[in-house]
Amino acid sequence: MAILQTRQLTAFYGDFQALYGIDTTLDAGETVAIIGANGAGKSTFLKAIAGLIHGAADSVLLDGTPIGACAAADIVGLGVALVPEGRRLFPSLTVEENLLIGRYGRKMAGPWTLDRVYGLFPVLKARRHSATPTLSGGQQQMVAIGRALMSNPRVLLCDEISLGLAPIIIADIYAGLPQIKAEGTSVVLVEQDIVQAMKVADRVYCFQEGRLSLTGRPRDLTREQIHRAYFGS
Amino acid sequence: MTGWIDALIQGVLLGGLYALFAAGLSLMFGVMRLVNLAHGDLIVLAAFAILVIAGKLGLDPFVAVLVAIPILFVIGFALQYVLLNRTLGRDLLAPLLVTFGLSIIIQNGLLQLFSADSQRLRAGAIETASIPLGGGIAVGVVPLLTLVSAIAVIVFLNLIFYRTPIGRAFRATSDDLEVAQLMGIDINRVFATAMAVAFVVIAIAALFLGLRANFDPTIGPARLLYAFEAVIIGGLGSFWGTLAGGIVLGLAQTIGARIDPEWQILAGHLAFLVVLVIRPRGLFPRAQD
Amino acid sequence: MDDTAAGPSHSFRIKTAGRGSHAALAAVIVALLVLTLLPLFAGRTLIQDLIFLFYMLALAQCWNLLAGYAGLISVGQQAFVGLGGYLLFALTLIGGLNPLLAIPLAGVIAALFALPTALVVFRLRGAYFAIGTWVVAEVYRLTFAQIKPLGGGTGTSLTPAVTSSVPGIEWVKALLDVRTPAARDIVSYWIALALLVATLAAVYLILRSRRGLALGAIRDHEAAAASLGVDIYRVKLAVYVATAAMTGMIGALIYLQKARISPDAGFAVLDWTAYVIFIVVIGGIGTMEGPVIGAIIFYLMQRYLADFGAWYLILLGTLGILVMLFAPKGLWGLVAERYDVTLFPTRRRLIAEARPKS
Repeated sequence: MAILQTRQLTAFYGDFQALYGIDTTLDAGETVAIIGANGAGKSTFLKAIAGLIHGAADSVLLDGTPIGACAAADIVGLGVALVPEGRRLFPSLTVEENLLIGRYGRKMAGPWTLDRVYGLFPVLKARRHSATPTLSGGQQQMVAIGRALMSNPRVLLCDEISLGLAPIIIADIYAGLPQIKAEGTSVVLVEQDIVQAMKVADRVYCFQEGRLSLTGRPRDLTREQIHRAYFGS
Repeated sequence: MTGWIDALIQGVLLGGLYALFAAGLSLMFGVMRLVNLAHGDLIVLAAFAILVIAGKLGLDPFVAVLVAIPILFVIGFALQYVLLNRTLGRDLLAPLLVTFGLSIIIQNGLLQLFSADSQRLRAGAIETASIPLGGGIAVGVVPLLTLVSAIAVIVFLNLIFYRTPIGRAFRATSDDLEVAQLMGIDINRVFATAMAVAFVVIAIAALFLGLRANFDPTIGPARLLYAFEAVIIGGLGSFWGTLAGGIVLGLAQTIGARIDPEWQILAGHLAFLVVLVIRPRGLFPRAQD
Repeated sequence: MDDTAAGPSHSFRIKTAGRGSHAALAAVIVALLVLTLLPLFAGRTLIQDLIFLFYMLALAQCWNLLAGYAGLISVGQQAFVGLGGYLLFALTLIGGLNPLLAIPLAGVIAALFALPTALVVFRLRGAYFAIGTWVVAEVYRLTFAQIKPLGGGTGTSLTPAVTSSVPGIEWVKALLDVRTPAARDIVSYWIALALLVATLAAVYLILRSRRGLALGAIRDHEAAAASLGVDIYRVKLAVYVATAAMTGMIGALIYLQKARISPDAGFAVLDWTAYVIFIVVIGGIGTMEGPVIGAIIFYLMQRYLADFGAWYLILLGTLGILVMLFAPKGLWGLVAERYDVTLFPTRRRLIAEARPKS
């Protein structure tokens, strides 16, 4: 059953059109990866779902209800949380405060609590009272994911969570994914690292210059197809 | 010598008043980066509100302020929600000019209602009461109460900022407006709440403004400048810095006045400019940012 | 059509003059002529009103250059009005100079004062800069209140010997057969007109110069302008000092006309900054046409509504807020948007033209 759909989603930055009529579907419990070159519109796609930029009201549907015109602050309350590109932690808040603020707009009972997040990323517990700028990049990424989980989202949007991190750290972060999925959360990953994306995704969408260029299950796609969808022919 | 020690003590106590003026401004700077040119006029407006409440209900000003606080809380919330939120997120000009316009409206509205006559909040014996410290030096009860209140207000603001969910929201919103919204924070409500809290501080500042000296509708802009100077001297982003800034300003003014009474205000302004030249980020800037 | 084969199908040229600007040039020349000859047939009240209108407009153009183009939002320009006024008094009463010489000299000295002032207030950014300039204006006010030879806190007046020593008064008296006070107004009127034209010309030339281009870049995007090699600090400093000089000269003229100055009047934030900001915002900030419209509206309001005192000021404040919220480009912005006209072509436009096929 589809939990999240986009229907002819378009997005603009001023006069610049960043997305052209994107149709996608995310089923409950599914993990979908969005891949594509820099500037293909992947982050814009997540921002449009999260309500940071707005297209037509019915271009984003959550459980069939149009949310395309909702404010970002309301969309969290509906159960969609975004882990923004570049982590964007609040520097004047401690680790624990960053996690707690994740619950601000959606105080739903659910699987995710402070203790569960510390269970998922044990390294954070020891640093719970630290200022976030003192954390390593990997730890910061863990806080960013934990912060989004604290709202107990039904849909988790992750923007480039492996960017700038060492492979071993990326592995640590992705090790948490099965636990997140086990709670029934659906996940949309924007990922530069195609290998990583192919490993964890049930389905893949490839963007090229604001348009959808390829869709499929990882095991069905050939290298050649992906290459073409990435760079054009 | 006694005269100089007295000047120092009075300067610190006067600093308490300026810290009260400045705390509200500091809060607005801190949460919504709003530079409110009507801040001084709002303090005067609140002083008139206390005056009217005290007069009409026959209350002591210390009780009247308790009646004024919830009213001002609501007015502050509404002012931010309806008017000032519309000016944020655009250029610098909109918030500056809208609050400048507000300043002119408040001043002239008060002139129309209350005339240019000097007013004072009357609190009976406490006004003139003082505590002798020996050696011919005495401390007025009201000035002492002002400083204690300033410290209490700053403790209270720090508790809100660092111990409550709304305080976390204040800091998060100030850090990153966009991501704050991703947390489900309704920034319009958060800003309005911050302004409502600032209005509570304004009410307390107004009480002591009216108890310590005469006031009339035109004195707001000068209070804005003192508040602003205290914030900048102390360093942006720290309430304790604002208290220190207020005390530095109070000291500069009383020391200036001690040399020549006409130099009081000028000495305060010059101290501010000197700090600006020597330490542009203030005496106690926040580590990050 | 295959674009790549045919080459770019558009050519670009830079255009500054918009529709209406050539006609406007002619209109400006005619208007100038009429205004210059106006004292020959206009009554004294109109002349006095126009002096007021001229110096308010000149002040508005200065503030507009500062805030609308250089992004330096000052609420302390009264510092330079009062300074100019006091310099005129000092130079004529104490220095014995002729007022006509004292006015430009006041401008030069105001610029010299503006330099160290800028070094202090430029440490504050954006909105903090605004209040910082206000503090500085207060410092100027309180300092001049301490100068006893200039009347201290109560101020001082120009002697009749000084006010009638402006060259041309005798000539006007003989030529137009008027009494000394009227002749004095007429000469003041011409000085005000000359100063206004000089201010307009200076602002216009600054905006069309390379510096002016840099200003546009700063206003649009400070960081980007810096990365393109615009020395923002120097450009802003130059504008600040230039407007201080112009504002100082206007201040000197204002107080030559008023013949009486006090610290509270000379450094009044309401008269020399609040009204000026109102004029610029109502008319349209960041354009040269806006302040002209704003000044005329302000003049009419001042003339017909000022008797309402506090209510008049409440109305001004409310109007200012409403315009800022709902028409942030002011009245001229509304007009220019609808009809695409420019009177002062300060803006460079990129015109794309379809290439004629050959």
